[in-house]
Amino acid sequence: MATLTAPPALPATGRVGLATGMRHTATLAWRNLVQIKHNPMELMDLSIQPIMFLLLFTYVFGGQMSGSTHAYLQYALAGIVVQNGLFATMNTAVGLNTDIQKGVFDRLRSLPIARSAPLAGRVVADLGKQLWSLVLMLALGMILGFHPHSALGVLGAMALMVVFALAMSWLMVLVGMVAANPEKVQMLGFVVMFPLTFSSSAFVSVSSMPGWLQAWVKVNPVTSLVDAMRALLDGGATEGPVIHTLLWAAVFALVFFPLALRAYQRRS
Amino acid sequence: MTYAIQAEGLVKSFKETRALAGVDLAAEAGTVLGVLGPNGAGKTTVVRILATLLRPDAGRALVGGLDVVRQAGAVRARIGLTGQYAAVDEMLTGTENLLMIGRLLGLSRPDARARAAELLRNFDLTEAGRRAAGTFSGGMRRRLDLAASLVGRPEVLFLDEPTTGLDPHSRNELWDIVRGLVSEGVTVLLTTQYLEEADQLADDIVVVDHGRVIAQGTPEGLKAQVGGQVLELRPARAEELDAVHRLVAEVSGPGAERTANGLVSVPVRDVALMPAVVRRLEEAGLAVSELSLRGSSLDEVFLTLTGHRAEPERSAPDPGQSAQHTDQTVKAGV
Repeated sequence: MATLTAPPALPATGRVGLATGMRHTATLAWRNLVQIKHNPMELMDLSIQPIMFLLLFTYVFGGQMSGSTHAYLQYALAGIVVQNGLFATMNTAVGLNTDIQKGVFDRLRSLPIARSAPLAGRVVADLGKQLWSLVLMLALGMILGFHPHSALGVLGAMALMVVFALAMSWLMVLVGMVAANPEKVQMLGFVVMFPLTFSSSAFVSVSSMPGWLQAWVKVNPVTSLVDAMRALLDGGATEGPVIHTLLWAAVFALVFFPLALRAYQRRS
Repeated sequence: MTYAIQAEGLVKSFKETRALAGVDLAAEAGTVLGVLGPNGAGKTTVVRILATLLRPDAGRALVGGLDVVRQAGAVRARIGLTGQYAAVDEMLTGTENLLMIGRLLGLSRPDARARAAELLRNFDLTEAGRRAAGTFSGGMRRRLDLAASLVGRPEVLFLDEPTTGLDPHSRNELWDIVRGLVSEGVTVLLTTQYLEEADQLADDIVVVDHGRVIAQGTPEGLKAQVGGQVLELRPARAEELDAVHRLVAEVSGPGAERTANGLVSVPVRDVALMPAVVRRLEEAGLAVSELSLRGSSLDEVFLTLTGHRAEPERSAPDPGQSAQHTDQTVKAGV
């Protein structure tokens, strides 16, 4: 090995150009996606879990909820997709936290690469995974008999879900940066995500809930998202809930993006 | 004289804990500097500052003549870091791990592939290259980690406790790799808890305790300061402790001690001591249930240099290290 070759020319501050930074991000996104190949658990998270949720909700609850599984699928698909999508955002927190604990994060930070690349690579890869489960669930839903209102609505629903997931992912970056270990991140998922997604309009009509719960459910951002997705997928007035959801997404992004970035830079 | 690593007055605190209280050190280009110290001494903090992962609160450091704070980017292009934990992605194969680093360092896809193959070959990992790193043994993982830090052909390599937790065979393999790198001109800063490791690899050693450098010098110089090996004996019959002690003291001269846990211990200044003691015990009809020759442990270095024993883990900077002993104990029914 000729070891003392000149290092690549770099500005002293370590700032790299946008194109180079994007290449670093792409490489790290590749890294996060190629992992799936070697980790069956991740494939399960991405594919089997959504399929399982969809089948269980449809065939176990469907008959009781709506009189027929078919009618319930038509109603609940939006909710199931949203629940799965929100759970999937936790991958970002778990992944980043694991990288920190395992020392991979230090290794990346000791390389002459764009400071933002490890973060951006993770977020981009997780959005890719998000999109994959989204397509999978919608496709399976249609196979099982779901009738989308319009093709445009389906595309709109996918876009909305991705936008909301991206906004949420900054909260997850923050969690991933400050959590003590990946197990704690998982636990947070159970104590926050489960109640948050269930106490919404995802699976049942809000009017069937007790008054005090309705009060919360109506302000729960997940309800806005589900209502918007349901309107886009199944028909109905889209404008109100979509705008509402986008506002929520903006609030999440505005609050958590700076906090996440600060936590990230502190780690750097 | 050109220094590849220079640090002056490094200070770093984490909340209440003062990890570094003014550390100075320097390594000449092409040599190995051993940073020796117990858990929590501040070794990892030194490495993290030099590798641009932490900013010092005070003091400055140059790596390859570049300031680690103000010229961090350029420093990163010249260094390799192998941390205490093998920082490989367990979900990726050996090849993919190295490919990723190569691509991040700006190598083209074919170049990155060629470099990965070359490193896997050099580190005897070719066959494992297709397997996920999570399935690797500890020694293989450490070799892959080291390979990953060499993809960019660094001038300066930081090895933070590279052999902690490795079996002796893997440790020897890693030592050989480090020697090979040094012979090619790489400057290595190595932290370790083991005097033996520093002895094997380092040209110079700094001993760190409580965030300060408490001694420095060549391995030979330090060993002369802390003394050599210690012979320990345990009488088979506890009531013969005094008799065994008297006999050992006759053979060795002053320095033989009775320890609180029923051992007789004596510093070995002469290789003939152990056989002489064994012969005399036999003649006197005194049986011992345990006879051991211990190398100078880090404990003894500390006892000698600081007057206190190396303390167990106190602070965050060096988490999760396992205490290990370099004792070579020979249990024998003499």
